[in-house]
Amino acid sequence: MSKFLAASIGRKFLMSITGLFLVAFIAVHLTLNLLLIFDDSGELFNLGANFMATNPAIKIMEPLLGLGFLIHILWSFYLEFQNWKARPVKYDKKNMSGASSWASRNMLVLGALVMVFLIIHIINFFWVIKFDPHTMSTIVIGGEEMEDTYTLVADLFKGSVAYCFFYILGGLLLGFHLSHGFWSAFQTLGLNNKYWMKRWQAIGYAYAIIVAIGFAAIPLYFLVKF
Amino acid sequence: MADKILKKLNIKVWRQKNASSKGKFETYTIENISTGSSFLEMMDILNNELIEKGIDPIAFDHDCREGICGTCSLYINGRPHGPDTEVTTCQLHMRKFKDGETITVEPWRAAAFPVIKDLIVDRTAFEKILQAGGFVSVNTGGVPDANTIPVAYEDAEESMDAAACIGCGACVAACKNSSAMLFVSAKVSHLAKLPQGQVEAKKRARNMVAKMDELGFGGCTNTGACEVECPKSISITNIARLNREYLVSRLSR
Repeated sequence: MSKFLAASIGRKFLMSITGLFLVAFIAVHLTLNLLLIFDDSGELFNLGANFMATNPAIKIMEPLLGLGFLIHILWSFYLEFQNWKARPVKYDKKNMSGASSWASRNMLVLGALVMVFLIIHIINFFWVIKFDPHTMSTIVIGGEEMEDTYTLVADLFKGSVAYCFFYILGGLLLGFHLSHGFWSAFQTLGLNNKYWMKRWQAIGYAYAIIVAIGFAAIPLYFLVKF
Repeated sequence: MADKILKKLNIKVWRQKNASSKGKFETYTIENISTGSSFLEMMDILNNELIEKGIDPIAFDHDCREGICGTCSLYINGRPHGPDTEVTTCQLHMRKFKDGETITVEPWRAAAFPVIKDLIVDRTAFEKILQAGGFVSVNTGGVPDANTIPVAYEDAEESMDAAACIGCGACVAACKNSSAMLFVSAKVSHLAKLPQGQVEAKKRARNMVAKMDELGFGGCTNTGACEVECPKSISITNIARLNREYLVSRLSR
């Protein structure tokens, strides 16, 4: 196994697998978060958040997800370092824009920016819910007392235009990252050929657009409505 | 239609005495170049003038000059084989440039392709990858009858498309990671699609990728630049096939 991960294709295999795992997570995360903009009372979102917080399956997935993020992020820096070493003398004049997309050449930059967003995002919400819940208000829905996660999120967006724009930017960055990352993962796993190339790319672009618009829509909704 | 004349061009070119010296850019001016001449012909004219001035001529690789041998290289104005598509540098014409332009000419840049002199790089790394697995075993004996081994038309076509690779190294030069994946994938694919290539199929991808890594080429990040810059338009779907062949052979034992 260590030999497999030392080989160039093996190293990339790990990036693809963790990447697709994170793609699946994003789909779940976005679906639940969209409840924020479909019910201004917050009841729907609170029920969803409470379901996720108490579900045993999610309890198991949570550390796995953290591990997935860690591997995907740390491994990417290691891989990029390996690739830098492959060209010790740089070109004086480069004209790469015609041959490849900007996003594909700058996955590390996009990934690093998404990581910065992720850290602030975790401090904003996950940290408070997980380790500082006594600072949150509670709400009773259907006879069950639960933390008022909706108010936590809504207050951040209602209280700060800067945070709204920051979260819109975060969604867009993730979308750009996925515009290359999605189909690229399938290519690396060898699940591609001349027929599937266009299909994976189309599915990847569609997914990237849905994710970017979906996540950006939430702060935008609070920005416009409140 | 008569070819136009480019009155003046500035050629900014990498000069490096030998593999161990440092190297730097020099700019030479050249006058009255026909737009009908190839890029290498322009270089020949420039070299003639340099020799007359007592300057060491610029060393660059060239052989067939008809786009099939893969010997010529050159990273011209930021692109391997220059601003035209699906051509090698010998098939690039001066009509692709403007009068008065400064043309930057660099060697392929990769750790695995060290500069020997000026614009010539050592591409034996490709040969070493081929020696690691880019072959088929052929037993001695009578010549088999043509058409005794059935090959599907589509497989034959895909194999031939991959076999169009001339091993020039433009994929490595174009790749932001100096990856040789397009070259290796073409060499694995043209054998993988034919019955004759099945004997060593299990070991081929493994051995060639191991050699590729050992020689210091970077990893593939699927930017697709290699396919666009390849003079033979080798498709990156070959890279998917190489990944598949490699993963299957790795995970099977």
